Amino acid sequence: MASSGEAVPRTYGGPAGWISVAIPAALFAYFLQFVPVIAAGTPVVVGFDWVASLDIRLSVLIDGLSLTFALLISGIGTLVTLYSTKYLGEHPEYPRFVLYLMMFMIGMLGLVLADNLIALFVFWEITTISSYLLIGFTSDEAKSRRSALQALLVTGTGGLALLAGMILLGNVAGSFELSVILAQGDMIREHPLYLPILILFLAGAFTKSAQFPFHFWLPNAMAAPTPVSAYLHSATMVKAGVYLMARVNPALGETDVWFWTLIIAGGFTTVFASILAIRQTDIKQVLAYTTLMALGALTLFIGVGTADAIKAMMIFLVVHSLYKAALFLMIGIVDHETGTREAEVLRGLGRKMPLTFLGGAIAAISMAGIPPLFGFIGKEFLYKAGLELDTAMIWVTGTIFAASVLMFAAAGISVLRPFTGPLADTPRPAHEGPWAMWICPLILGVFSLGFGLFPDTAEAWLIAPGTWAVYGDYGYEVDIYLFREVNAAFVLSLVTFAAGAVVYAFHRPLRDWLGRVFEANPIKFDPGWDRVLDGLKALAGWQTRLLQSGVLQKYIFVIFLTFAVGVGATIYLKDALQISVDLRAEYDALSFKVWAVLIFITAGALLTAYTQSRMAAVAALGVVGIGVALIFIMFSAPDVAITQLLVETLVVVLVAVAMLKLPHLGLTKDRGRRPLHAALALTVGTLTTLVLFAVLQSDLDRRLTDYFEIASWPEAFGRNIVNVILVDFRALDTFGEIAVVVIAALAAYALLRGTQYGPPRDEIEGEERR
Amino acid sequence: MSWVLASPIIIPFATAVLAFLFRAGPEGRWISVIGSAGLLIASGVLMAEVLDKGVVAAQMGEWAAPFGITLVADLLSAVMVVITGITGLAVAVYALADIDTRKEQLGYHALFQVLLAGVCGAFLTGDIFNLYVWFEVMLIASFGLLILGGRKVQLDGGIKYVTLNLISTIMFLSGVGLLYGMTGTLNMADLHGAVQTVDNPGLLVVVAIMFMIAFGVKAAVFPLFFWLPAAYHTPAISVSAIFAGLLTKVGVYALIRTFTLIFTTDIAYTHTILLWVAAFTMVTGVLGAAAMNDFRRILSFHIISQIGYMILGLALFTPLAIVGAVFYLVHHIIVKANLFLVAGVARRIAGSTELDRIGGLYTYAPFLGLLFLIPAFSLAGFPPLSGFWAKYVLVKASLDAEVYWVAAVALVVGLLTIYSMTKIWGNAFWKPHPAGATPRLSDMTGLERSALLTPIAALAILTCIIGFFPQPFVDFATRSAEQLLDPTAYVTAVLGPDAMPVVEADGLAEGEVTE
Repeated sequence: MASSGEAVPRTYGGPAGWISVAIPAALFAYFLQFVPVIAAGTPVVVGFDWVASLDIRLSVLIDGLSLTFALLISGIGTLVTLYSTKYLGEHPEYPRFVLYLMMFMIGMLGLVLADNLIALFVFWEITTISSYLLIGFTSDEAKSRRSALQALLVTGTGGLALLAGMILLGNVAGSFELSVILAQGDMIREHPLYLPILILFLAGAFTKSAQFPFHFWLPNAMAAPTPVSAYLHSATMVKAGVYLMARVNPALGETDVWFWTLIIAGGFTTVFASILAIRQTDIKQVLAYTTLMALGALTLFIGVGTADAIKAMMIFLVVHSLYKAALFLMIGIVDHETGTREAEVLRGLGRKMPLTFLGGAIAAISMAGIPPLFGFIGKEFLYKAGLELDTAMIWVTGTIFAASVLMFAAAGISVLRPFTGPLADTPRPAHEGPWAMWICPLILGVFSLGFGLFPDTAEAWLIAPGTWAVYGDYGYEVDIYLFREVNAAFVLSLVTFAAGAVVYAFHRPLRDWLGRVFEANPIKFDPGWDRVLDGLKALAGWQTRLLQSGVLQKYIFVIFLTFAVGVGATIYLKDALQISVDLRAEYDALSFKVWAVLIFITAGALLTAYTQSRMAAVAALGVVGIGVALIFIMFSAPDVAITQLLVETLVVVLVAVAMLKLPHLGLTKDRGRRPLHAALALTVGTLTTLVLFAVLQSDLDRRLTDYFEIASWPEAFGRNIVNVILVDFRALDTFGEIAVVVIAALAAYALLRGTQYGPPRDEIEGEERR
Repeated sequence: MSWVLASPIIIPFATAVLAFLFRAGPEGRWISVIGSAGLLIASGVLMAEVLDKGVVAAQMGEWAAPFGITLVADLLSAVMVVITGITGLAVAVYALADIDTRKEQLGYHALFQVLLAGVCGAFLTGDIFNLYVWFEVMLIASFGLLILGGRKVQLDGGIKYVTLNLISTIMFLSGVGLLYGMTGTLNMADLHGAVQTVDNPGLLVVVAIMFMIAFGVKAAVFPLFFWLPAAYHTPAISVSAIFAGLLTKVGVYALIRTFTLIFTTDIAYTHTILLWVAAFTMVTGVLGAAAMNDFRRILSFHIISQIGYMILGLALFTPLAIVGAVFYLVHHIIVKANLFLVAGVARRIAGSTELDRIGGLYTYAPFLGLLFLIPAFSLAGFPPLSGFWAKYVLVKASLDAEVYWVAAVALVVGLLTIYSMTKIWGNAFWKPHPAGATPRLSDMTGLERSALLTPIAALAILTCIIGFFPQPFVDFATRSAEQLLDPTAYVTAVLGPDAMPVVEADGLAEGEVTE
């Protein structure tokens, strides 16, 4: 009973908790049904159209690979959601958490089951979005937000590359259906677009699966709550890239580029990550780096590509998912119940948390590769596949050996040390967690142990069908076993244990030494990421200040410059100035009257440009207008001329009045640039005049004029054709223009009235530039 | 005269008059809502008619084309009018709580309705000079809306807006004059035939460039977009939203219309220029967004960037690319207007649109977070939302046309769009409020909540529908693209069945982009 005044822990979830467990559990049960079908070697392809005209279908391909993934996703998903009911059930944002987790799970299942490439991409991006929201779950911490953004942008970059690769692959293969594409491997590998497609696909896979040099986002993603780390960053999402490579192996694999790219990236990531794992003191970080190592190893063996390598890859995939999820869940319990994850602090928890210890220990033994756990089998077959290769490729085995030694040590660091020895003080006194939490690593442990003791089951259900699907050969005989004979791989295992024990014994001095080495290393990816973002911001700021300067004159200048360049260049390129009239004769024919009007207009224009006074400029502009009216008079259009005079007078008066009222708008008087502006103005004017000349070269098509002359009186009952055009033939124009005048008056009214309402209230935006 | 074609113009004009008469009281705003609903219904009727009968045309005053003015609606025009109706209604409802009485008394609702009328007029006219008139109507109404309230920053933005747009208008008008001088007609369907027989094809290209620049200013493409970021963040949120949704899109529409119907005589030249314009517009716009630190400013620069995508579709000039352009146009209007509406709610409850001064919305207003994420992720092109299909079709069209570099540009710009959207999300939603405030939707009155959130939710649902069930929308865009690439139906609807005498321009049917 809670005493009064003590806060009663509240569960916010309502039904969110059990719903979130029921969904993956039901899915797991559903997928189990497919096990016998798939084990028989018959993939299932079903689906329906989504966007038929774009060949996008929601189609499903269930074979050994996708079923293995689907079972892992839904199975581990069930445990993680069960675990979360206790881990986060009291968090006020728990329902949101569950929502994102479900969204993620659906995305992940869709990704591995999709037969259509574009549908696969849709789900791929759903996992990206939901992991963004999950990594940033502790959103009030800047570190979480940064990590979430980093994961989003790194995997998002790869995602967009992947999209391009998928479209190209679809175009090459003539279909977006994987079941069709995978059958055309030879044709695709010989296509000129093979290399671009491969690069784009690997960009997607490497970023998602955190292969070097895109590895840096994954350890940061540990900012997410631990169940998320267990689910997304060990068992599922990061394996999406591995899945993709395995999936397209029959179509894109088995070339030199594929081979070397994958084994170099995978091999390097493996070793690099295992060393970094030893360096950490936060156990969750140790696990994060061992995840990187596992991803590297999976990539490496897909790259090697022999049937045995693929088989080893499939085994290790299952092995790793089982033990890594368990270990993350274990450290989550420790963190939850003691308040720390520091390897230097935690000791002797075994007595206080025996069930957590048991679950963790099984996982750790599997990770260390000790028999009879499934992890031992995984390691043995990696060694076997490595040793079968050419002697020149002995370093593949070496890589796996090094990684296995360090895994052995990491298993000790993350479980043996914290749970054994004398009990140490922790921020919260250590005690066992709730059953919904400790049961999860144990269940995973049951599988780790069960598959180790009964490898034939694992072989028949998952490994063999998976190997067939990835290797693309359903005739290959898959055989896995715990122990048969003492061979090279077994001896290597024994050496691994010995070396691993030594590394574990000296892991603290080794860690300090590695720390110093890495401190001295100038190439740092995580700070490098910040520099890339800063560079991007600087570039964006520079370009925006350059373009959007806030100075109206510059804007006007650029627009007219664009006009001058665009029109000028086009005139030149298209040879558009075909002027055949004798300009000299035209010039001589100009009468005195015309000259007078031209000088009048030019003087008005020059005055407008030169004067310092706004009032004088307005008046001078009026002079130009009157000059235009004079032209109308010369061409015997007195009615138009009168209209022009009236409008011009009104405009001058109104603008002059407005200018008396309005504040000076502070247009800068940059006299230094005036010659430049004048030159541009002259160019634009000249170009426009030239184009006009060119247009006047051909006779006007008089269809409309003739029609108006004929129809004006008999049909529209007006003798003044201009009037009839305005009020009848083109009445809609006139209506629109009247609306313009009315609205202009309305706007002017609003402007003048609007400023009389006292000082503006509330407002928060500043000037255009800041 | 066809009421079906004229009513999307008449209804908002009539509403404007009524709203102005009743501007002093609360009736004005409801008149605006009812009028906008009427416009939406009218647009629906028009769409039904176009879907049923193909391109419909009506001669104003019964003067036969090309002598009078023709109103004409093909699928593109019809869908643009529908989308105007949807956005107009959403913003009119939003304005119930967003626009204060002072702005109402100064004639906000009348200006708003005239703007809608101008937009619909521009979409429906079949006459190039009449298009100019509608541009003027839009320009003056939008200027009025922009400066309503009279703050200095508004005037500053307003002056830039009106000056630069007037320059565009003058170039447009010069272009119309020159085009008339060369062809003797203003009717766009008639122009389609007339431009094939001009004496000096090179000169026609020069005039096409003048139109490209004039419409380019309106559409806010590189390097002509300055007026947009200068002005869009200054007025009331309702005004920003309707501008963001519709104004630049009229420019894009005009570009699509004229560069599929009239200026297709030298595609290799004009559309290659458009391709470069598209690429630069995408890149400069999104970099501008990345440089900004204000909710509305980021969104404003995004508009520019996405105009680039639409122009890209036009520039590639393949059937699939035009599908992409049409799809993008429709998707973008809904999403973009909606994001501005969300920005308004964020400002109301968190106190600002400046990202440094707000926060905590995710914790305290999670529903708003959801309403933001849908359009934001859609804009960023995440599947399965509407923006993904828009982006996908354009990227695929670029790759199919083997213009790989522009596909790369489109994808990288997509990534930068994600980056700048997360900037808003990270700062306004995830980050705690710097002043420790707890911005909750329940801080608003019930009326405010329903008036502000209903349109946002409705537009978000629409975004999801397009995203999850894209098939009918893609089909629609496909049919629309077919009409645009083969204007026979358009021309015969306007001029009669015998009006396609001239030869088609080379390569029009194949629609290839020539490098």
